[in-house]
Amino acid sequence: MRNLSRRRLITTGLAATAGAGGLAAAAKLAKQYGLIPPDGGGVYGPGETLTYVAQRLLTRHSLAREFSRTQISKSPFANEVVPLGESFHRLQTGGFANWRLAVDGMVARPGSLLIDQIKSFPSRSQITLVACEEGWSYIAEWIGVPLAHILDVVGALPEARYVVYRSIQSDWWESIDMADALHPQTLVTYGMNGGDLPIPFGGPLRLRVPRQLGYKSVKYITSLTVTDSLKRFGKGLGSASPEGGYAWYAGI
Amino acid sequence: MADSLAVQISASAPTVDRIVRPRHGALVRVTHWITTLSFLALLLTGVEILMSHPRFYWGETGNINTAPLFQLPIPSSRDTVPTGYDYVLPDQNGWSRYLHFQSGWVLVWTGLVYVAFGFLSGHFRRSLFPARAELSPKAFSSAVARHLIFRRSREEEASSYNMLQRLTYLLVIFILFPVVVWTGLAMSPAIASAIPQAVTVLGGQQSARTIHFFVSVLLAIFLLVHIAMVCLAGFRKRVGAMITGGARD
Repeated sequence: MRNLSRRRLITTGLAATAGAGGLAAAAKLAKQYGLIPPDGGGVYGPGETLTYVAQRLLTRHSLAREFSRTQISKSPFANEVVPLGESFHRLQTGGFANWRLAVDGMVARPGSLLIDQIKSFPSRSQITLVACEEGWSYIAEWIGVPLAHILDVVGALPEARYVVYRSIQSDWWESIDMADALHPQTLVTYGMNGGDLPIPFGGPLRLRVPRQLGYKSVKYITSLTVTDSLKRFGKGLGSASPEGGYAWYAGI
Repeated sequence: MADSLAVQISASAPTVDRIVRPRHGALVRVTHWITTLSFLALLLTGVEILMSHPRFYWGETGNINTAPLFQLPIPSSRDTVPTGYDYVLPDQNGWSRYLHFQSGWVLVWTGLVYVAFGFLSGHFRRSLFPARAELSPKAFSSAVARHLIFRRSREEEASSYNMLQRLTYLLVIFILFPVVVWTGLAMSPAIASAIPQAVTVLGGQQSARTIHFFVSVLLAIFLLVHIAMVCLAGFRKRVGAMITGGARD
């Protein structure tokens, strides 16, 4: 204690107060601008919020890297595919002609789209990297319709803040914010490497979010819900991932 | 109380500096232990994450259908990875990833405060940057030789760092930690979209992951050697000095 002069005590006190005040102000700002992720509570909340804020400041409009055709992986890895269930196989027998993507929530024209309707929209293709949180990766060409176009067709309301999307596998659902939902590279894909999207890779319909890790690119999607709050979905943590212990924001 | 202390200090004027100036300043001590905690958390969670895919590649891509650069001979927490073990470890990636990034933030902010302080206060100049004379081949080799035969530190080294310590700390602070943070960020698809050069100069996303692993191994080796040297120098005294400051001895 011999070093503890009054001056140092005051300086330290002021610095601590300024630090705490700064943190509180930062938290308030983050909340005001909708930069607290849905899983931003709990012990890992501060880290998740910092990551999400940093990414949104730095990457709101950035484009995922696109590769040349020669860089497409010759042996991509689809990961494990759990049994898809009876309703999937019934649709598969019909060549997925009756596969529907339902769109509801904060949209002017809710409804559902058949695969052929989706394929009639202007398509876009991109050669991007799929990186799994486990550490492996592959590059493939993805063909589909920008999610932004579908949101435009159904008339997403300006108050919309998130898009929730679900798989035919009932325990797999995710959500993204509008920065990713309206991003030009976020595609509802039905094709891969020049052909139909193979079932192990998510066919007939997979949402590709190339600026986030693979688990945000949900396979076999059947519905979209546009919303201004994620509180009412599942446990209110944003998606199935935080309910299983994984981060909602998967840009890193 | 304070008065009597002041009297004591002025009574032994030549040693004022020894008594008043601690071996380690408060900011160095605080940032040292915060860095220690966050580094241990990063190391533990890093190993957990690694176990979900203990294979390494070079370039942009790699997965179990492609040949690895090398594979660690450890079991995996995923049954899709061929490891040679007939069991699969429990998945720890969820909380490990949460804690890895939270600790990463703590490490980065603490490091920035420490480096800013180090330059502004003269801590780096005084304690870490080697004097030009020490870097001459002769002085360098004699320092290495003395280190190798475990000669006890010379008088002036008892209260400051020798040249090998200085170079090691500089390597850790200005090369290993920045590279491990950079290669960690280079694995992020979002960061790669904003700063693609951060990935391409490394040779690709999988190269970044492989470099991240090797630099982490170097940091772990530094930690072990650092603890060994602290033990040789006197564990209680040295660790005590990093906690309380400790008078210069």
